[in-house]
Amino acid sequence: MKTDGQSKLKRTLSGGGFAVTAECGPPRGADASVIRKKGETLKGCVDAVNVTDNQTAVVRMSSLAACLHLIDIGVEPVMQMVTRDRNRIALQSDIMGAYSLGIRNLLCLSGDHQSLGSQPEAMNVFDIDSLNLVHAVRVMRDEGKDMSGFSLIGAPEMFIGAAENPFADPLSYRVVRLAKKIDAGVDFIQTQCVYNLPRFKEWMRQAREEGLTEKVYIMAGITPLKSTRMAQFMAAKVAGMDIPQEVIDRMSAFTGQRAIEEGMNIALETIAAVKSIPGVRGIHIMAIEAEERVPELVKAAGLSQRPAK
Amino acid sequence: MIVAKQKPLAEIKEMLRPFEKVLILGCGTCVKTCFAGGEDEVAMLGAALRLAFRQDGKTIRTEELTVERQCEDAFIQESAQAVSRNEAILSLACGAGVQAMARRFARAVLLPGLNTTFMGVLEKPGLFTEECAGCGDCELDTFGGICPVTRCSKRLLNGPCGGSKNGKCEVSPDIECAWQLIIDRLTLLGQSDNLKRYIPAKDWRPSLSGGPRRLVREDHVI
Repeated sequence: MKTDGQSKLKRTLSGGGFAVTAECGPPRGADASVIRKKGETLKGCVDAVNVTDNQTAVVRMSSLAACLHLIDIGVEPVMQMVTRDRNRIALQSDIMGAYSLGIRNLLCLSGDHQSLGSQPEAMNVFDIDSLNLVHAVRVMRDEGKDMSGFSLIGAPEMFIGAAENPFADPLSYRVVRLAKKIDAGVDFIQTQCVYNLPRFKEWMRQAREEGLTEKVYIMAGITPLKSTRMAQFMAAKVAGMDIPQEVIDRMSAFTGQRAIEEGMNIALETIAAVKSIPGVRGIHIMAIEAEERVPELVKAAGLSQRPAK
Repeated sequence: MIVAKQKPLAEIKEMLRPFEKVLILGCGTCVKTCFAGGEDEVAMLGAALRLAFRQDGKTIRTEELTVERQCEDAFIQESAQAVSRNEAILSLACGAGVQAMARRFARAVLLPGLNTTFMGVLEKPGLFTEECAGCGDCELDTFGGICPVTRCSKRLLNGPCGGSKNGKCEVSPDIECAWQLIIDRLTLLGQSDNLKRYIPAKDWRPSLSGGPRRLVREDHVI
């Protein structure tokens, strides 16, 4: 794959296309075939694939290495980067390294707290927060300078993303924080999984009212549910998740394969609903260890043509 | 105040095992206030240790003393004779007190009886909470008097993460989301514009990451 070009995700979004990205988690081990297999599954049906950075604070193959495996098989990655595990020195260094190896999209996150993960004994870093990281990458790209003001020999021209959770509290502050992220330099936003549509619509309304949808590409998060248990677990245990009771009730009416189908139905309805909200510029599918269902979902949603016209 | 907690009796007992004469030294300021190392705790710990060793068929002689502050030489002096009479000193002070004692008495064996936990306050009876991380560059004016460096689990300076729910932190429902508190208070104070301002990356040099800290007061140097 040619790696010296621009971000294709950026091209799709700036060209007015409805973008589709999907998430894939690296393995808890050194076996590259896991990430390559996921990449092959997603290849062609999405614009880019997010590679998580030790998500839920569980130790996995590094995002940077997994991104390279994707590039190798012709899939454009979005490298996720959390400020939990690395200080500003390591973050900037890895961003330069990532760009030099062909990574063009970067998602800046603070990261789940390590106490929720597989090694809660670990010390966290949190030298900077996700907004500081967005700002640092923007300055590296646009001014060619690192955080110390040093002029870089080659600027990493990253397409800069961040996450937003319209369902976290306090709602009134969520749009203020989005505006801060835009001021810091974010280009695109991928949201937490949308199940609570009224709340998502309200958040989008506030974002439009502040003129933010003109300044940033917002992609709505989609996660197809597989079972009632998954819905209940996510509602209770996953930080920042908002699954209304009526969605859980819909899942509860079915078991096994029928439940999987109902989860897909809910996801398709959600995709149709968010597509019709002004300012939503794409979807981000987080299938969580069910990447094989993404092509089917994208096809059923009528979004198979990549890049979008 | 500095909040500390007594170590488990079994751990203290293990530390004392090689000794027969031990000074249990209390500290009458911070750790007295948080019920970890004042006169009362010294007396209770002494009785508990004597009983525990007796059950093992071993006698231990304990001497009990509490000074006003183990972190100040003027008060430490009061313990000099008691220190010289014993083989080891079980200090019920914070880590600063234990080290000040070690510095003052070069040949004394100093054993920590407490785990120093944090700088905090008594929020309500029975509950101490951490309020200050001693970062060396106070910005409480920006945050309505609530410190995100200490009280946000991720030390976020630019607003709450996506894990804030119903005023609680993603780490535990027992932890209040500092950012919810900051937002509520700044709104109440009519200072919500502070929330819109981008806070640049923090300079951690005045914190512990700059190495062990010293404070020189030229006006006090003699």
